[in-house]
Amino acid sequence: MQLDHRIPSGPLTEKWDRFRFETNLINPANKRKFEIIVVGAGLAGASASATLGELGYNVKTFCIQDSPRRGHSIAAQGGINAAKNYQNDGDSIWRLFYDTIKGGDFRAREANVYRLAQISNQIIDQCVAQGVPFAREYGGLLANRSFGGAQVSRTFYARGQTGQQLLLGAYSAMMRQVKAGKVTLHPRSEMMDLVVINGQARGIVTRNLITGAIESHAADAVVLATGGYGNAYYLSTNAMASNVTATWRAYKRGAAFANPCFVQIHPTCIPVHGTYQSKLTLMSESLRNDGRVWVPTRIGDKRPPAEIPEPERDYYLEQKYPSFGNLVPRDVASRNAKEKCDQSKGVGDTGLAVYLDFADAINRLGEAAIRQKYGNLFDMYEKITGQDPVKEPMTIYPAVHYTMGGLWVDYHLMSTVPGLFVLGEANFSDHGANRLGASALMQGLADGYFVLPATISSHFSESAMVPITTSHPAFTEAIDTTKGRIQRLLSINGKRTPDDFHRELGLLLWDHCGMARNEAGLKLALGRLPELKENFWYDLKVTGSGADLNQTLERAGRVADFIEFAEVMILDALSRQESCGCHFREESQTAEHEAKRMDDTYSHVSAWQYQGEGQTPQLHKEPLVFENIQLSQRSYK
Amino acid sequence: MTIIHLTLKIWRQTGPESKGSFKTYESGPITTAMSFLEMLDVLNERLILNGEEPVAFDHDCREGICGMCGSVINGTPHGPEKKTTLCQLHMRHFKDGDTLVIEPFRSRAFKLVKDLIVDRSAFDAIIAEGGYVSVNTGGTPDANAIPIPTFMAEQALDAAECIGCGACVAACPNASAMLFVGAKISHLALLPQGQPERSKRALAMVKKMDELGFGNCGNEKYCEKSCPKGISISNIARLNREFMRAAFCSEE
Repeated sequence: MQLDHRIPSGPLTEKWDRFRFETNLINPANKRKFEIIVVGAGLAGASASATLGELGYNVKTFCIQDSPRRGHSIAAQGGINAAKNYQNDGDSIWRLFYDTIKGGDFRAREANVYRLAQISNQIIDQCVAQGVPFAREYGGLLANRSFGGAQVSRTFYARGQTGQQLLLGAYSAMMRQVKAGKVTLHPRSEMMDLVVINGQARGIVTRNLITGAIESHAADAVVLATGGYGNAYYLSTNAMASNVTATWRAYKRGAAFANPCFVQIHPTCIPVHGTYQSKLTLMSESLRNDGRVWVPTRIGDKRPPAEIPEPERDYYLEQKYPSFGNLVPRDVASRNAKEKCDQSKGVGDTGLAVYLDFADAINRLGEAAIRQKYGNLFDMYEKITGQDPVKEPMTIYPAVHYTMGGLWVDYHLMSTVPGLFVLGEANFSDHGANRLGASALMQGLADGYFVLPATISSHFSESAMVPITTSHPAFTEAIDTTKGRIQRLLSINGKRTPDDFHRELGLLLWDHCGMARNEAGLKLALGRLPELKENFWYDLKVTGSGADLNQTLERAGRVADFIEFAEVMILDALSRQESCGCHFREESQTAEHEAKRMDDTYSHVSAWQYQGEGQTPQLHKEPLVFENIQLSQRSYK
Repeated sequence: MTIIHLTLKIWRQTGPESKGSFKTYESGPITTAMSFLEMLDVLNERLILNGEEPVAFDHDCREGICGMCGSVINGTPHGPEKKTTLCQLHMRHFKDGDTLVIEPFRSRAFKLVKDLIVDRSAFDAIIAEGGYVSVNTGGTPDANAIPIPTFMAEQALDAAECIGCGACVAACPNASAMLFVGAKISHLALLPQGQPERSKRALAMVKKMDELGFGNCGNEKYCEKSCPKGISISNIARLNREFMRAAFCSEE
């Protein structure tokens, strides 16, 4: 397999312009002859569907929810970055590019990230024109805030629900194309397989989640915008239905999976409180602007926080990182919380939590000021935990949040299967080994509104597109495979539920492929996967039939894929023997226990290629070349 | 942590054409830190292991923003807590021994799919009629080209917070969708970007709403009371004004 990144030549700042000039266009009258399938209707999928429809392509958009307005992009709280420099505080496209590359610990492509920073400004223009009600200053201009430790204020926001407002903007643009007849919606449809004909992605097989019907759809290109795989860990901040199935099926049909071990663990989430727990809730990291993180200095100190005197509190982030303090990047904050809990200094019922204390800020600024700033977050916390953060410190613990890894794509966002494009969190492209706050919304919309619509025409103009219908044998084969698999899941009739297996897998990954990883642990987890998989296919219980709405069956299929996917994730974590960003290999750390990169050996993208059932996937490496910036060790001391 | 036991009367219906009925289940031990949907998860795990079909219910984000969850609990959509989606309702609000009647959002325009799941695609159909600003990608002016007063942007956002869950329709004695439609009409009517299509939008969305079988507002205010995002019925007043303005004054 050749990994050709297809980055245009020329200076970094001119690559995207050069690409757009040199690419072949499709005559407007010919665009309506092309059919495009878009799977997923979050920010990336909805914005791509809308724009492709506007351009004249025929689009079929699929999502698993009841409505395309529900993709999990909707839950993003903080904001969206753009290099507008509206605050005149020294921001620029170059600075956003540099911050994003550095934040990703130098494991992303320069050309992709620079393009992202360039497009960031157009995204804000587009969203405002759609009527997205961003926060504004009294003079009527857009407000910005600093986010995730950035030294400039470049984050645009709409209260604590920026993701919702941006998604509803993209959704409404897409609904306009539905009305125009250019986009056809297929809600409550789950992609079960990718159909590849003559080496090109030419369609998908779906399951209608209401009738259970297995349906096939042919097209000239397939776009996956199906989000991340954080739910491999069972507990995460993802929505319940977020899954790896679409990208995993594509992987099994030839698309390489890149950097699967890069998983962002967010430091400020509400801690786990019981085995029945179904998901974890994120508390925006803006809370760290005024909250102080601490644990008791004494091991096993179970006194209530108010009874622990000041000298017996360990404000470990402030002590260890005097210049950044509580505002260190997500991966650093998460690892330090784990370290304290591993030392049995954790608090709460489970000992797996640390305090985030607002008492000082309340004394300094007054309760009213703090409530005004964080009122909605405090309410959310109180709703879930029944405790008021004004009266006692919040308890927080890290949780799986975002996956930087995903299907490998080139500069055109095309995977290693020609005609298969991958957008948003589902691809690996822009965040390297760690994503900065307010960058996910930016990437999803950049990919969907601007990048894909420009690159897909080059695919159509350069490839010979043979007419194909769903009567092609490749569709029949994919349908049979899908049906056989569903039948198998239904016929096991064992004693364990899909969730039960999912929980077991999640714990295994969290313990050994989570915030800190080492060779022995990874090998242990890898060794336990075959047994887990065997047990799953021997002892699973799914009630009902495949012929109607069956949520247990849906979950079983997704869990089966997570179990298979876990192997690649662990192999990737094993093979990358350096620490970088979110990926902390205990063997590779500095004397101060910080992540130590090994640029000579690991400055590459790891792309895994499927080799067949039971075979170890093959690792391909795409070297990362840094021509414009100097690699440096991150330091937050 | 407190443990409670509840009696659950849950609406079971295998499909849109079949006859449904309430079925009674004992919840078993429920810790009060659980969310309502986690309580249903626990019940469902038990049902699966007993070989019974679990209760089908819609849910996704479980943090109160996607709008996918929602059932009627003891007569109230999303349950007893104000401004709370069902997924954010926690069991500490119930007492040991309580009986909970759990049924789907009922409305002529929301066809039942299975158990507690209904089809809310009528909402998407209304948005498709005009719940947008007709701008193509690209070619838009600089985001700061048009200043918008803070209070206007804030009011627009108050309306735009609607999560499209359908509780307003389920709560309304007339199964009216006017809070949902009013929220979208208000969001765009308040902003300069929404002005060019203001009249067309109001007429088209109201027409579709009527066609789909939603009822009319009778000022009962149940919608506002059950709205998990606290969308105000002043948006219905604005919808009426926008509609009248368009019907009588529009030159289109």
